[in-house]
Amino acid sequence: MMAITLFGAAVIVFVVIRIVPGNPIAMMLPPGATDEDIARLTAHYGLDKSIPEQFVVWLTGVLQGDFGTSISLRQPVMPLVLGRLPATLELSIFALVLAVIIGGAMALTGTRFRGGRTEAVIDVANGAGLSIPDFLWALVLILTLGVLYPVFHISGRISPSLDLPFTTQFYAFESILRLRFDLWWDLLKHMFMPALALAIPLAAIIGQLLKQSLKETMHLDYVVLARTKGYGENHVILFEALRNAVLPTLTLIGVQFTFLIGGTVIIERLFSYEGLGNMAIDAVINRDLPLIQGIVLVFALLFTVVNLVVDLTYALLNPRLRHA
Amino acid sequence: MRDGRGTVKRKAGLRLWLSGGWLAIVALLTLLAGWISPHDPLAQDLFAARLPPFWVDGAEPGFLLGTDSLGRDVLSRIIYGGRIALTVAVIAGLATAVIGSVLGLIAGYYRGWADAVISRLVDIWMAFPPVLFAILLIAVLGTGLWSIVIAIIVIDWTRFCRVVRAEAMNQSQMDYVSSAVVAGHVRAAILWREIGPNVLPTIVALLTLEMGIAVIVEAILSFVNLSISTDAPTWGGMIAEGRISIHQAWWVLVCPLIVLFLTVLAFSQFGEGLKDRFDPVLR
Repeated sequence: MMAITLFGAAVIVFVVIRIVPGNPIAMMLPPGATDEDIARLTAHYGLDKSIPEQFVVWLTGVLQGDFGTSISLRQPVMPLVLGRLPATLELSIFALVLAVIIGGAMALTGTRFRGGRTEAVIDVANGAGLSIPDFLWALVLILTLGVLYPVFHISGRISPSLDLPFTTQFYAFESILRLRFDLWWDLLKHMFMPALALAIPLAAIIGQLLKQSLKETMHLDYVVLARTKGYGENHVILFEALRNAVLPTLTLIGVQFTFLIGGTVIIERLFSYEGLGNMAIDAVINRDLPLIQGIVLVFALLFTVVNLVVDLTYALLNPRLRHA
Repeated sequence: MRDGRGTVKRKAGLRLWLSGGWLAIVALLTLLAGWISPHDPLAQDLFAARLPPFWVDGAEPGFLLGTDSLGRDVLSRIIYGGRIALTVAVIAGLATAVIGSVLGLIAGYYRGWADAVISRLVDIWMAFPPVLFAILLIAVLGTGLWSIVIAIIVIDWTRFCRVVRAEAMNQSQMDYVSSAVVAGHVRAAILWREIGPNVLPTIVALLTLEMGIAVIVEAILSFVNLSISTDAPTWGGMIAEGRISIHQAWWVLVCPLIVLFLTVLAFSQFGEGLKDRFDPVLR
């Protein structure tokens, strides 16, 4: 199933970008280039063959780990994409963590003070989080925490003046391992706003669904039993209700996480964050066919892997499926 | 219980009025843009560049929301930008709704191989990051209003398809469908006359949400400079320019952002309000 989806995605992208009018080769040569030069370079990139032929060549390459050569950057696609992927992964995962913390806190607070004014405020906040997309939250954040009260950086991944001792592209992760908390703090100040913008809509969904399941669980017999045993409300919510209420939310987080990863494309652009999405937009503007293909395929692969992990986690967590 | 329902209904009513009111204002302003807008949205005047809005010192009375770094009137650009945003919202929203719903109805009612093919397509579609897909399509189709509309249809038909398919499957289990079958109606007639009207409220609610999404997609595309043409006033384009000159002229970013924010919010609240209104339990 996963293979069919990926193959379908690859075919669609391949065909779509080859209907592109405008010759990428003509764009990369200086204005004085002759038709002969263009033809030679077109043949060099294999763009003179028919679309099915090009697809076979490309697919054979991909299966051997060769994604071709970027036309605009003149480097192999694979290292380019892999060089940018960690930045996007760190951003997405940080955003996911933020969403879980914020959403979880909202749900727990809303359940603890259910029926009162606090819950009403949380409901309104959730509603706003749900109906405004990440793009607009990002702009609001830039204005408030970037310009009006400049607490965080509004562009880039790390301050350019800093010396980078890193050997991998997982800067945030590696800076912790190297105990360079000064660098980690700088990365965090760059990553916080884009991550928060991505996290807000997801946090709202988590907050809403988890609160609903928690409130339903609060009426179940075993929760009532725990209460009659004399446990306080906080203990009942955290240690009795939460464990059983969390399952539907977990499934939903998985699906929504792929949307969050998709959102990084424009958010990275907005914050000039050097990730895969920002590179993708440049690739499209430059009509860099091999690079576009490589990036889209990596995104598709990422999405399918996330879905697979969600299915597996669900099977692990759901006792009814565990013994089946 | 009755009181509870009453409050929900009143809230839904207020929500519908507020969001509908804002949308009506925006629609009216953009329809009458030629008469209402105080200036030509493209007219540059470098001597009147970066004038602040009326409530800030140093404002010129003729420019209510100030001017951008080329001296163009921000208010006029917002009004003309709204024209593009709303055109895209209505055309792309309707077309997406029709295509997605028809496919969803077919998949949900006929099942079998049609359902298998359509559902597989939806799965493949879900593996693309939508924004990247949109930008890719614009690169293929070239910039322009119709390219944006087509891009939105191609990306978002799955949204309708998934929901309508599930809804059609639910409805076909209902007794009234079985009675229609017993009464000897043709399947296509049952789908069109019995199931269709029952799925319609869901489609209408989704449609309003979709229009809000279309406005955002248009803004994002014009933000990365892939919308209409580079000099046409668009909300996203204004935001992109305002993002650059944010420290010198914040109003170039803030004014269109507020309008965009309220419009998207209004579309989604209108959709939610409609959903509540149509909900048979609340009605």
